[in-house]
Amino acid sequence: MQDFRFKTNSAAFLLLFSLNAFNSRAQSVSDEVNSVHGNFQIDAQYYNPDSLIGAPKVPEKMLSNAFGNIMYNKGKFSAGIRYEAYNNVMQGFNPSYKGQGIVNRFARYQDKLLDVTVGNIYDQFGMGLMFRTYYEPGLLYDNSLDGVRVISTPRNGITLKGLVGKQRSFFTVGKGIVRGVDGEVNINELLDSSLANLKTKIIIGGSLVSKNQSDNDPRLVQPENVGTYGGRISIINGGFNLSGEYAYKMNDPSFDNRYSYKFGEALFISTSYATKGFSFLLQGKRIDNMSYRSDRDATVQDLLINFLPATTKQHTYLMPAYYPYATQINGEIGGMAEMQFKLPKGSLLGGKYGTEVTINYSHAADLKRKTFNDSLSVRHFYSTAWDQVGRDFFHDFFIDISKKINKRWKFTAMYCNQFYDEGLAAQITATKLTGSIYSNIGVLDITYKYKSGSALRFETQGLFTKQDKGDWATAMLEWTPNSNWFLAVLDQYNYGNSVEKLRLHYFLASAGYTRDAHRISVSYGKQRAGVFCVGGVCRNVPASNGLAISITSTF
Amino acid sequence: MKKIITLFIAFVLLASFVLSGDGDKLPAAVVKKLDGTKVNTNSFSNNGKPMIISFWATWCKPCKKELDAIAEEYDSWVKETGVKLIAISIDDARSSGKVVTDVKTKGWNYDVYIDENQDFKRAMNVNNVPFTFIVDGSGKIVYSHNSYSEGDEDKLYDALKKITAGQKPSH
Repeated sequence: MQDFRFKTNSAAFLLLFSLNAFNSRAQSVSDEVNSVHGNFQIDAQYYNPDSLIGAPKVPEKMLSNAFGNIMYNKGKFSAGIRYEAYNNVMQGFNPSYKGQGIVNRFARYQDKLLDVTVGNIYDQFGMGLMFRTYYEPGLLYDNSLDGVRVISTPRNGITLKGLVGKQRSFFTVGKGIVRGVDGEVNINELLDSSLANLKTKIIIGGSLVSKNQSDNDPRLVQPENVGTYGGRISIINGGFNLSGEYAYKMNDPSFDNRYSYKFGEALFISTSYATKGFSFLLQGKRIDNMSYRSDRDATVQDLLINFLPATTKQHTYLMPAYYPYATQINGEIGGMAEMQFKLPKGSLLGGKYGTEVTINYSHAADLKRKTFNDSLSVRHFYSTAWDQVGRDFFHDFFIDISKKINKRWKFTAMYCNQFYDEGLAAQITATKLTGSIYSNIGVLDITYKYKSGSALRFETQGLFTKQDKGDWATAMLEWTPNSNWFLAVLDQYNYGNSVEKLRLHYFLASAGYTRDAHRISVSYGKQRAGVFCVGGVCRNVPASNGLAISITSTF
Repeated sequence: MKKIITLFIAFVLLASFVLSGDGDKLPAAVVKKLDGTKVNTNSFSNNGKPMIISFWATWCKPCKKELDAIAEEYDSWVKETGVKLIAISIDDARSSGKVVTDVKTKGWNYDVYIDENQDFKRAMNVNNVPFTFIVDGSGKIVYSHNSYSEGDEDKLYDALKKITAGQKPSH
């Protein structure tokens, strides 16, 4: 029923919106900017079953995901819609994305004093530990707040926000109501002009978020309103940078925490020093029972109100990203240190163009939990101490050297050492526990630009481990004859698999054409099962064998 | 029936975009300077000279290749065309702390902003990064390009020169 109402509203909204567009077109001679813009993306894949690599039989043979955004701007007014279609949704995404419809629509009036949005809202308070709604089409992650938001800037340096609504859940909205307020003060902007030019810049902020969901549980008395509050600060002085955010969550029994009544908390601190040619970054975080969803029974990626960033490196090369880390929302402590420097041009090791070096170490561990024996009476289950750390989840050390040798040649070389706990490994391999994974990884990426706009790129990678599927080697050759076209062949070879018949090659050929803001690419071949992550949120993609096509366009 | 109406309206909207043609101005969104100060994107200007707006991320290898390639030529581009490059990082809280360290280590002389929740990215209908726009001296978006391959910086420069000379950029 709710589903139906949602779509009717959308149609009515769309109608109003298009009428407005017509209206404005008629008066487009006025000075005000009047524009319609948008983008599309269509992905489709034809699947061949392949029992050897574990590619399942797809009854529909072909699956596709598509979306289109249309946005309209006129002066201080803007509005937009997004249409999505899944017929049926591709492998590796939640099958609840089924069918098609308008899943996002908004209208906004933006003024310096007042900024009002109705419809689907994306926003974040501070770093997002308490509230963040965002859209990531690569993951089909969309937790937008369908409701109302007001932002006010009563004077320079002060921003106040308030919002209320329900979150998107596939083609409908979730059960719970989410409401929040946030305030931020930029001290330097607030003070008079003489102080505004001080070298030290300070920004402080605070938020309060609350969710409401009725309690229908016959066994437990569950809180119907759960609040989260916290604050943040950012201090900048020259090359020095410090920012931190702390959030506290009241008791919030949920599926994630096995209906525990314990409070939750999260702390994230990032500090850095940077000067020309050198930088150092240090990040730390601690999360305890911080799953915060607008439906206490929701799981996986669904209906999350907050965002808990991972403090590990997001790798882009295939092999270092083979065992990716995702934030453990029930509890973890972790940190990252990174040093970057550029050996100057003309020095012995710097050569003609300089050499860039990155050294990075990140680590994540479980919290040390003290179990309560009287868990039946208070249902807290456990307590934690700030000075104690549990078993290791993950570590990643890498060194990356990038160098341009001359106008034609450049390369990147990387060495990486990773540890992956078996509990996390179980989430990845899905089939059976394989034990913790220790791996060494090497990457070499060479580009040869043989004339302006034409290049060959060769990439080889090796992943060496005694666990899971054993050793891998990959090779890729990419040819860019001009800036419109590319052709590439990739082979991933699992030569170290302990099962001889699984020592397979995964060949993939791809080609693409780009012109301006339009891009089409086609690939054919085998893709191994793996975990695909963006921003620390991951999805499991099963192996596949077949033809894939992707079209993106912005207008 | 409802679906048909919806689709019809969508097409009407599309048609209106075709009629409206090129040359639209920057939409409004709030981004942050590296010192945390909020700036509205509709206030971006370069005193009648063109601007390059480049969307990138610290985890995006081709984005950094493109900005490195432009950095080598940037001084002469500025001299010849008066251009200003505005680099918009779409890093979220996980990696937004790395924006300042990357920019300083590389020594980029760009105006860098962070679009932490991708409001400007959505307003500009950017699908994925790298994505580059040129805004002409009157504030109109006259060129856009998705992805980066070796030598794209030369095409960008050609487009920039044509725009400075008051011509339409070729593709």
